Amino acid sequence: MTVLEARGLTKRYGRDSALVRAVDEIDLAVPAGQKLAVMGPSGCGKSTLLHLLGGLQEPSDGEVWLAGRRIDTLSERALARLRRDTIGFVFQSFHLMDELTAVENVELAALLAGRSPRTARRRALHLLDQVGLADRAGHLPAQLSGGQRQRVAVARALTNEPLIVLADEPTGNLDSAATLEVLRLFEELDTTLIVVTHDTRISAIADRMITMRDGAFADDTRLAGAVRAVRAVQS
Amino acid sequence: MQDVVLAMLAKEPAHGYELRSRMRAALGPLGEAMNAGQIYVTLARLAKAGLVTSEHSDGRPDRPDRRVYALTPAGQERVVAWLAEVSWPRPDLTEFHLKLVAAATARLADPVALVDAQRREVLRRMRDAQRAALDRSIDPVAGLLLEGVVLRLRADLDWLQECERMWTGRKAGA
Repeated sequence: MTVLEARGLTKRYGRDSALVRAVDEIDLAVPAGQKLAVMGPSGCGKSTLLHLLGGLQEPSDGEVWLAGRRIDTLSERALARLRRDTIGFVFQSFHLMDELTAVENVELAALLAGRSPRTARRRALHLLDQVGLADRAGHLPAQLSGGQRQRVAVARALTNEPLIVLADEPTGNLDSAATLEVLRLFEELDTTLIVVTHDTRISAIADRMITMRDGAFADDTRLAGAVRAVRAVQS
Repeated sequence: MQDVVLAMLAKEPAHGYELRSRMRAALGPLGEAMNAGQIYVTLARLAKAGLVTSEHSDGRPDRPDRRVYALTPAGQERVVAWLAEVSWPRPDLTEFHLKLVAAATARLADPVALVDAQRREVLRRMRDAQRAALDRSIDPVAGLLLEGVVLRLRADLDWLQECERMWTGRKAGA
């Protein structure tokens, strides 16, 4: 089943000689459960693509369908609700509320979606446990390492059981050890996941890799899930 | 390999199988490819060169190998020299670079397509190494080696991206 689909998706900036096609007539279908990594140099259009897919930006042309529903034509208000209830976002700079503790950051998304405080808290604690931060629930973001903050952000993204998680350079601000933590977390996710990144290490958890160039797909590779990793490293 | 084996004997004399299992542990998943006989071949060469001596020990009956190896003074000197050495393997990018130049000059192939194919291959290797590193059961010290493999391949991928930029531009300009 296709969860997310784009047809002829296009985003143009400027006009005439200054016209930039950041995303140029992209067709994409993402089946449920797929872990897709979109890679490419900065300026190739991958972040714009993610914003279009997540309803954060309006396309110049083309369509976006989420779970069989066209979303690029929705009103800003309907779109906001859709983003909140069905899409989980993870950003490079975490976007956590500094004055809220880890558990408060995670439960906020559930509260905004109309869950009772009790349900929201229970869900948040469960998710923090899942990302290995049960003992950090009462910490403020400033008291957490970069890797821990990103894990809180992943827990928050999962709060409302989204149809899909969209991540923009999730390891961009992390050192090697923290990157490993986030990769392990993504590896264990059951949710459909799209990561745009220039960090090629993300490929470790992807079962499909797309390379973007000048707003279009230059390469689209599906990968076998179970790799004989160790043997291949030695060859 | 010879220097490594000598250095492992510096602390105390040891059996061949001990050296082998210590080396495998330090290499983690990458140590699985190690040939069982390699260590004994190396030890034999070192003995011939006068860098180690060996004698029979009464050892354990379940081990066929009952030789204990020890460093000679010459072996010790070589360990000291090895530790001070700073040679470093040089990844050779020249050949691929010249392949692109030749392909473009003689119009043998599209250099951008060559870069794409190469990137897929390097990416596959990097992915495999990173996947191996995701395994939580890996000893952190052994994991460090995998991290080195990953970081090197990342640098190669960065360079391939620059290759792509250059040759895409050339193509557009032609």
